Amino acid sequence: MSLEKKLPMGNGGPRIGVYVCHCGTNIAGTIDVEEVARYASELDGVEIARDYKYMCSDPGQELIKQDIRDNGLDRIIVASCSPSLHEKTFRDATAGGGVNPFYFQMVNIREHDSWVHTDIEAATAKAKDLIRAAVRRVKYHKALEIRRVPVHNEVLVVGGGIAGIHSALTLANAGKHVYLVEREPTIGGHMAKFDKTFPTLDCAACILTPKMTSVKAHPNITLWSMSEVTLVDGYVGNYEVTVKRHPRYILEDVCVGCLECIEGCVYKKGKVVDDFNLGLSSRKPIYIPFPQAVPQIPVIDPETCIEFKSGKCKKTCIEVCGDRNAIDLTQEETIEKIKVGTIILATGFKTFDPKRIPYYGYGTYPNVYTSLEVERLVNASGPTGGEVALRDGTKPKSVGIVHCVGSRDENTNKHCSRVCCMYSLKLAHLIREKTDAEVYNFYIDIRTPGKDFEEFYNRVAEEGVHFIRGKVADVFPAGDGNGQLILQAEDTLMGMVRKIPVDMVILGVGMEAQADAEDVRRTFNITCSGGGFFMERHPKLAPVNTFTDGIFLAGACQGPKDIPDTVAQAGAAASEALALIDAGHVELEPNTAYITEDDCSGCKTCVPLCPYTAITFLEDKQKAEINEVLCKGCGTCVAACPSGSINQNLFEDEEIFGEIEGVLAHA
Amino acid sequence: MPENKKEFEPKIVAFFCNWCTYLAADLAGTARIKHAPNARVIRVMCSGRVDPQFVMEAFAKGADGVLIGGCHPGDCHYQEGNYKALRRYTLLKRMLMDMGIEEERFRLEWISAAEAERLKWCVNDMVEKLKALGPLNVQVPTEDFAEEVQVA
Repeated sequence: MSLEKKLPMGNGGPRIGVYVCHCGTNIAGTIDVEEVARYASELDGVEIARDYKYMCSDPGQELIKQDIRDNGLDRIIVASCSPSLHEKTFRDATAGGGVNPFYFQMVNIREHDSWVHTDIEAATAKAKDLIRAAVRRVKYHKALEIRRVPVHNEVLVVGGGIAGIHSALTLANAGKHVYLVEREPTIGGHMAKFDKTFPTLDCAACILTPKMTSVKAHPNITLWSMSEVTLVDGYVGNYEVTVKRHPRYILEDVCVGCLECIEGCVYKKGKVVDDFNLGLSSRKPIYIPFPQAVPQIPVIDPETCIEFKSGKCKKTCIEVCGDRNAIDLTQEETIEKIKVGTIILATGFKTFDPKRIPYYGYGTYPNVYTSLEVERLVNASGPTGGEVALRDGTKPKSVGIVHCVGSRDENTNKHCSRVCCMYSLKLAHLIREKTDAEVYNFYIDIRTPGKDFEEFYNRVAEEGVHFIRGKVADVFPAGDGNGQLILQAEDTLMGMVRKIPVDMVILGVGMEAQADAEDVRRTFNITCSGGGFFMERHPKLAPVNTFTDGIFLAGACQGPKDIPDTVAQAGAAASEALALIDAGHVELEPNTAYITEDDCSGCKTCVPLCPYTAITFLEDKQKAEINEVLCKGCGTCVAACPSGSINQNLFEDEEIFGEIEGVLAHA
Repeated sequence: MPENKKEFEPKIVAFFCNWCTYLAADLAGTARIKHAPNARVIRVMCSGRVDPQFVMEAFAKGADGVLIGGCHPGDCHYQEGNYKALRRYTLLKRMLMDMGIEEERFRLEWISAAEAERLKWCVNDMVEKLKALGPLNVQVPTEDFAEEVQVA
């Protein structure tokens, strides 16, 4: 439907086109779009107002272009969804019609209106107000040029789990230089701890370790283990990153990885809790996290090494190393500064700490394990060599697996961790295979959405694993003297409370954001969703982008996910980075501040306000000057300038005053 | 339209920063978190962009309340724009109160991109308080006042 003004055109004012999108029924279901378009058509300066089913579709965009050509429109307003979704689409359509894209203004009547209100009359009135504001605003719009800046070829990948590894290799294979920064002494992440992966049961090490080796060997990858990003400066295409490299006390470029120093340590046996095996074994103060670690170089833990603690060690490790002189106990942390064009965050997750749910008895009863600990137990290279054994060495005859520990729980995490059902099934299968124990799964719902997942569930069920639908409410000793524990749950299918005695309890712990996700988020200037996982730009259309251009997400730092999804996302993040690099330049919003020199009184109020030191004071002229390259367009100086000499492109004072007047003007 | 049978519906002008609060409002949309339809959002890149004159102008033009939404302290996309907003807010609020504009009519809230529920609460709470206060009724010669704050 179209409503064209019958008034003669060409009075010199702006010629505005207003387009009200139905978005199917998303908007039209709550807002009377025809009435809004009719109302808009009567506003001052509006030549054409239309409503259309899907403005973002090709015909919708074509409508804009055609109207520009036929009616000489020079201002375009689309009232539809959030500008974060389709502002670019409609700017392009405006430009396609031959009008500067910055004469376009978007009005958010979906996220901010139709989706959050139920009263049709109120929602329609709000849409009218917002469109009226835009109509008053666009009068003041100016033609602007998009700023283009070159993009550095190098990429920073933070985190060396499977996500970071896959991203780094994809980029490196495409000929881009990658800095892979990992905080631990080895890359590999959580996946390196797993035994077999669901649903195919191929061994995690067999698919992961070759990729780890390729990372180390790749000429395009600089791997920095034991390193952390401390500072990120700059903007898309031109990030300046500071990396702190913690000392390993063994020189990476000298050591050949013979591991004789570990053998030669004065400790003849491991005495220190081995974090890689989650405390199920011990290591020496000089150690390698696991046999296939990359880089294949030992590390000295200064917290436990006698030499660091007392200075009185015989230093047999150095003796053994001999002429190679790879051990340097005086090594200090170093700071590296690099320039990269894009950044991929693959910082992973942490598992839920079940001590937060005391009635599961983790930490109280020795035979209550987390699923990650059991991953190490069933792993052939784990502390028991793949034997599923209790802490006293005996094999369990019955095992209870508790699902949803720290997931789908009002008291801890509301989210579903997505992987626990499948890994619980996998562990059930592996335990039966290795011990013939009876395995009881206590679940709320079995969730197996994935290729071949449901088939795997059926297979495990047919193998004789027991399934009890009920949340475990208590774990307590059976009191029979042989250390059995009783799992108590209401079986909601049988409608009765069941108490199952087992030798071993496995807690299917969920996935949480890393403990320092908050710090990482601040360092990289990105946003978090609820629960601390990093927020993607759009859940469907930009799942690996962040709101900060040039920074992408891969893997479980964005939300719980399994290995196939992690790898898919890592590939997506790498290709997003590649697309930026290969374009050679990025386009920046021209929302910088500028000074009208004649109006500047030289008061210097603005100078210290700028966090980017973009404002300098010209002593000779006694005027302030803004460096457009450094300005990021926050507008703080604009708001502060007492003489009104500073203004901001896209957010001019007049434009905002126009909006204020517009939303408040009565119909 | 028969005016008399309608309850007073306050008009709120809301200045939301592009990175946190505007996104929280978007998230409220995608999560269909219903809230009062009284706020009219004006997007700015940073809460630090909110010139005190914007607030004055909004009150002068008939807003019953003004809400500024920014990133939490320490979370500003531009490092410290929200601190600048806080300082201006504190000063301006005092001035507005001297003019007889009640405290509840002018609010600065930190609402992160994940806090759609908080956004809902802020808007609903403000609407409730403004309804209790009734329409803005400044006891100063409005013509002079309007002239003084008139800019642009």
